Amino acid sequence: MFSRLKNKVGEVLLPGDEFCFDTDDTISLTESVKAEKVVCGPGLRRSGDRLVVCKSGVLRHKQPNVFWMDAQQKRYVPAKGETVIGIVTTKSGDVFKVDFGGSEQASLSYLAFEGATKRNRPNVQVGDLVFAQFLIANKDMEPELVCIDGSGRANGMGVFGAGGLLFMVSLGLVRRLLAPGSEIMSDLSQLFPCELVVGMNGRLWVKASSIQRTLIVSNLLQSCENMTATQRRELFKRVAQGAL
Amino acid sequence: MTSFTCDESVSLCEGNMMEVCGSTDSCLREFGCEQSLLSRPDGSASFVQGDTSVLAGVYGPAEVKVSKEIYDRATLEVLVQPKVGLPTVKERSQEQCVRETCEASLLLTLHPRSSLTLVLQVLHDDGSLLSCSLNAACMALMDAGLPMSCLFCGVTCAIDADGRIITDPTAAQEKESRALLTFAVDSTERKVLMSSTRGSFSVHELQQCIAVSQKASEKIFQFYRDSVRRRYSKTL
Repeated sequence: MFSRLKNKVGEVLLPGDEFCFDTDDTISLTESVKAEKVVCGPGLRRSGDRLVVCKSGVLRHKQPNVFWMDAQQKRYVPAKGETVIGIVTTKSGDVFKVDFGGSEQASLSYLAFEGATKRNRPNVQVGDLVFAQFLIANKDMEPELVCIDGSGRANGMGVFGAGGLLFMVSLGLVRRLLAPGSEIMSDLSQLFPCELVVGMNGRLWVKASSIQRTLIVSNLLQSCENMTATQRRELFKRVAQGAL
Repeated sequence: MTSFTCDESVSLCEGNMMEVCGSTDSCLREFGCEQSLLSRPDGSASFVQGDTSVLAGVYGPAEVKVSKEIYDRATLEVLVQPKVGLPTVKERSQEQCVRETCEASLLLTLHPRSSLTLVLQVLHDDGSLLSCSLNAACMALMDAGLPMSCLFCGVTCAIDADGRIITDPTAAQEKESRALLTFAVDSTERKVLMSSTRGSFSVHELQQCIAVSQKASEKIFQFYRDSVRRRYSKTL
């Protein structure tokens, strides 16, 4: 099955396509047989002894044995450990309710900030933007966000957003921006200096030296979604010449 | 993917430009679809079969009212908007058919206490409306990235006064027919997920229509595969 999955990497698959174990290629009397382990990521589900595709997209592979479906989506479903940009909607007692674009609002405790104690409360108001990561995110429980990592340090998370523009893009573009060695990020950094916060829920926050530049960067990122690499580089070059 | 009207004379079957013929072969009208055409919904698709055209938009998984939430599954709501006027009882029965098909193929247990909303707008009705709505719904659900266990498609058969089976009938053919049957077929085992019928027919005719629909569904599933492949070809 590992070989069958490997053959299909890079192909477009639809929900309902399945991969099943073939007993022929695991039994061998001459060579020693290693147990194959396949780790399935988002978009692949196990039902009995078969692996079924449940989202339409491209099958991707990462060494040594991880497979997942790369699908284009706009709606975010929370997953543990992912960092997102949320908007604080209410403050009830010791807990803030944060809207991150999912099916329900996440809770953020006031103690989950760096250096926060019962006497030293963080300065968070309704309507603030927070950059936080999911501590609890499964389908059965209310999601919970925190602004500190395991050792108690903020690590870039917390309240932000004085000035700047928040806008939405698709989840696929966000993953492309956050991939190591991303071309879009390197092209953007050569354009003009700006502050960029990328939330995995499809929200981006940009702040550049002037309002016009902020708008230019946000328009560029929103239009990057449907462009091929050459079209994008051309567009960036045109903008660089026009802005200077 | 453009669609253009076929005239009523017999023409060669090439690619997916097929004329409706009077034999029991499964000939379908030309169909076309487009995904992600609306910017607000999480998934959208339009499906065109001959002159019948339906636009579908999907929102979800989103917040649900406490009165409507189900503790272990997502709540699926389907709304069918006719071309003219307010929705009537006929639209309500179409909503029920589409909802039952979608609930059979979506993995609703992955999003408990959320709501999925599917809105179908009828742009033009020239026969086979329910099957066109089912096809548009399936493409929109795929576009939204909702987890599904299988795909589904809709096929309509009409039995005319002489007993011949016509697949994908136009509105004129539907009016002349003595029975009209619509089936939703699933992609993994070609089983019937939903059937909606009007008129009188024998058991033998029913089984023939099911067989013809299953054969026709293969073309539609191949078309789904080709359109999704074309869509992802830009980013590959």
